[in-house]
Amino acid sequence: MARIVVDPVTRIEGHLRIEAKVENGKVVDAWSSSTMFRGIEIVLKDRDPRDAWLFCQRICGVCTTVHALASVRAVEDALGMTIPDNARIMRNIIAAVQYVQDHVIHFYHLHGLDWIDIVSALKADPAKTASIAQSLSDWPNSGASFFAMVQKRVKDLVDTGQLGPFANGYWGHPAYKLPPEVNLLGVAHYLEALDWQRGIVKVHALLGSKNPHLQTYLVGGIARPVDPGSQNAVNADAIALMTQAARQAIDFVSKVYIPDLLAIASYYKDWASYGSGVGNYMTYGEFPRDNRSNTDNLQLPKGIILGKDLMKIMPVDQKKIAEQVTHSWYDYKEGDEKGKHPWEGETNPKYTGPKPPYDHLDTQAKYSWLKTPRYEEMSMEVGPLARVLVAYASGHKRAKEVVDMVLGKLKVDAGALFSTLGRVAARGIETLIIAEMIPGFINELVGTIKKGDYRICQVEKWEPGTWPKEAKGYGFHDAPRGALGHWVGIKNGRIANYQAVVPSTWNLSPRDAKGTRGPVEASLIGTPVADPEKPLEILRTVHSFDPCMACAVHVTDVRGRPITVVKGA
Amino acid sequence: MATDNLLAELLDRGVSRRDFLKFCGGMAAVLGLSSSYVPKIAHALETKKKPILVWIECQSCTGDTEALLRATKPTVSELILDVLSLDYSETIMAAAGKQAEKSLADVLKNQKGKYFAAVEGSIPLAENGAYCCVAGRSSVDIVREVCGSALATFAMGTCATFGGIPKAHPNPTGAVGVRDAVPGATVINLAGCPVNAENITAAIVYYLTFGVLPAVDALGRPLFAFGKRIHDNCERRSHFDAGQYVRQWGDEGHRLGWCLYYMGCKGPEAYQNCPTVKYNERTSWPVQSGHGCIACAAPNFWDEMTPFYRRLPQPYGITVETTADKVGLVVTSATVGGILVHTIARLLRRKKKPKEEAKAQPKTEWKGPQWHG
Repeated sequence: MARIVVDPVTRIEGHLRIEAKVENGKVVDAWSSSTMFRGIEIVLKDRDPRDAWLFCQRICGVCTTVHALASVRAVEDALGMTIPDNARIMRNIIAAVQYVQDHVIHFYHLHGLDWIDIVSALKADPAKTASIAQSLSDWPNSGASFFAMVQKRVKDLVDTGQLGPFANGYWGHPAYKLPPEVNLLGVAHYLEALDWQRGIVKVHALLGSKNPHLQTYLVGGIARPVDPGSQNAVNADAIALMTQAARQAIDFVSKVYIPDLLAIASYYKDWASYGSGVGNYMTYGEFPRDNRSNTDNLQLPKGIILGKDLMKIMPVDQKKIAEQVTHSWYDYKEGDEKGKHPWEGETNPKYTGPKPPYDHLDTQAKYSWLKTPRYEEMSMEVGPLARVLVAYASGHKRAKEVVDMVLGKLKVDAGALFSTLGRVAARGIETLIIAEMIPGFINELVGTIKKGDYRICQVEKWEPGTWPKEAKGYGFHDAPRGALGHWVGIKNGRIANYQAVVPSTWNLSPRDAKGTRGPVEASLIGTPVADPEKPLEILRTVHSFDPCMACAVHVTDVRGRPITVVKGA
Repeated sequence: MATDNLLAELLDRGVSRRDFLKFCGGMAAVLGLSSSYVPKIAHALETKKKPILVWIECQSCTGDTEALLRATKPTVSELILDVLSLDYSETIMAAAGKQAEKSLADVLKNQKGKYFAAVEGSIPLAENGAYCCVAGRSSVDIVREVCGSALATFAMGTCATFGGIPKAHPNPTGAVGVRDAVPGATVINLAGCPVNAENITAAIVYYLTFGVLPAVDALGRPLFAFGKRIHDNCERRSHFDAGQYVRQWGDEGHRLGWCLYYMGCKGPEAYQNCPTVKYNERTSWPVQSGHGCIACAAPNFWDEMTPFYRRLPQPYGITVETTADKVGLVVTSATVGGILVHTIARLLRRKKKPKEEAKAQPKTEWKGPQWHG
């Protein structure tokens, strides 16, 4: 029996450590640990709630925009604000663009090298790669000379002996199954996507001033003026640029990402039987059609699926969410066994792990900076698979079409979705669905401008003097990595408490009081490991969740007792 | 045969010499150099070997790595394949676990004193560094080793330079920037939240071109990027001078691009090249889009520039315009103007001497955001 430690887990956001017990070539138990903590919610105490989104956005720079959006929604909910149409529509465009850029980066740059063997691509016949590419789609960069150039670029890199970011990869590992020609296709698109993603995020700069870390959200709306008669506002020129970017996004996703996904997945269909996880799925839904706070009128539906049962979708009730700390480096005053709702939570970070440097964590005790969120004490998977399953099961037309197309092309049934491969496929499926929504959002914006509606913020409630003395609220945003919720309490115009319960906290949480594993821990059970020295297969399942650790670690309840800062090392 | 310089590789891949010189021209512009420097930059890039870069993440949000992905001159794929040898980056590298550790160990062993380090995120000192560990080692331990034997370290973003958001009051983890975590190391502070991709590439190209690190201000920030005040280069400055201010979100002034001073813009106290270099291929920057500057390249801006929507105080007896003129004079007359102005402004505002910046300890005297005005 071997205990495998993967630390750092690379090609994710942040610092993640996986420890796994392997017997007879399979994982029999696993522990997920986050090894970094900042305490942003403690920092938020006493601040102006209108500033909170700027702080919260820095929870994560990969998931830039998502915490900003959840934060303004939470404060707006607390203060009873209703944002104007323009603000809702521009936020929808920003969120949709974030999905597309983030998922493409994940597929090629964070997850791709788990499936694509770069070194094998050197053996490819570029002409054969070209004919494969041309059979998949009419994307223009598909000639033999293009693939020969990519191959030469990789060869030159290998010849220097300086492989840079590709050094010490698991190249040649028996779990790599793609023929050299498909590997070359993947490498070519790895590089192409790296250049392509810069273009789509220009929409964020147009509406949000810059990416990463946009700077035009406002509590009550957005600070991006709308006026077709001004050169300093969203005008016909901005609409044209966004329309062009949207078209390019749909093109890239439908002609490169989806065909690559299908081509690569067809060689890895065995991964439809690994990594199923806890079987419970939750999504808060996204893309509101009206301006009510936390509206249920959403383009992608809200809901919960339990025990993989697609026949029944349960409603989401935020009151049923609680966080536990039995295995997290925090204390609860009344004992660590019982979970606490975000509005009632408390925070006392207390590190009880080994003093660094260390070789192993004591996984019987507390072993992570992540808390353990549970919905009615159940472990929930969140993210693309949860969203796609809920949309599919609730009869969302486009979701049904795209899911059935993908299942049909891979010749598998819907049961294959509950797996590592299903998670990868779901991410691609929703990228296409969401990219296709962007032109609709832009048209909606054109519609409000045509009506002469230039309102961008509910300014009547901007001044703290108009606020109630005490208020609390929550804001949901189903972010690319899954269900994100912010909870805020406001007192005398300042933040009294703040908490974020984040997608990667749901997915990568340590065990709860009953010993139930978190979704990633559960999904690793049964994962084959051909060579414990090179645990490529563990990375595949972990990466299928697209972990984001900076997001995941946070602290509840800023009312907690003052933190004793230990003197510097 | 393999090549070891940028131009040869670019020519090899069908990039024309003309395009290459255009790129060098763009770099010269970012660095604030005259066109006579273009051949020098070109020569440097033609002949220099690929430097090794190791990119360490501490208490980061990875926003600075994401910024790197937005680089255009050169693009990120050129950067990681051709210009640099990016031997360690947790976000980008293929290797994980033991193999990733080996990549770092190889550089430390074989390239001592010859490689560049980049650090993203602050470094927590409290609790023996347990607030940030990689492979069982504390980040303070790692950066001391990595930055200690690097040729130079680029602190990427305001967390790595000055402690950033983890260091904001009450600094729960005892977070500091690289200079405080590794005293004596050669550190170039590329501040910003996140750092502007253009400034990352410009700093690297600066070294490749001149063989020395760029000149910096008293806070260790390169003058080519942080030598001028946002307010002085702002496209809305004429509206400030004319007294045309945005008074409410979405009002006529806001739609027409008037000055955001009354909406809390911190441009008059911020030093960075955002107005000229902008972001995302020069598409926009905060003020152009309609939101005030938050002075994200300033030390302790999370504490000293908040609340963000409260306008900068107008000191008694001095109108906004005359303050601005005085400030402008100082800036043009001295390279350290930024620090002076900042200090003067703060003195006027608080009417008390600012405490010297705390090093490893959080600022216990700070009682929360300043609710001035």
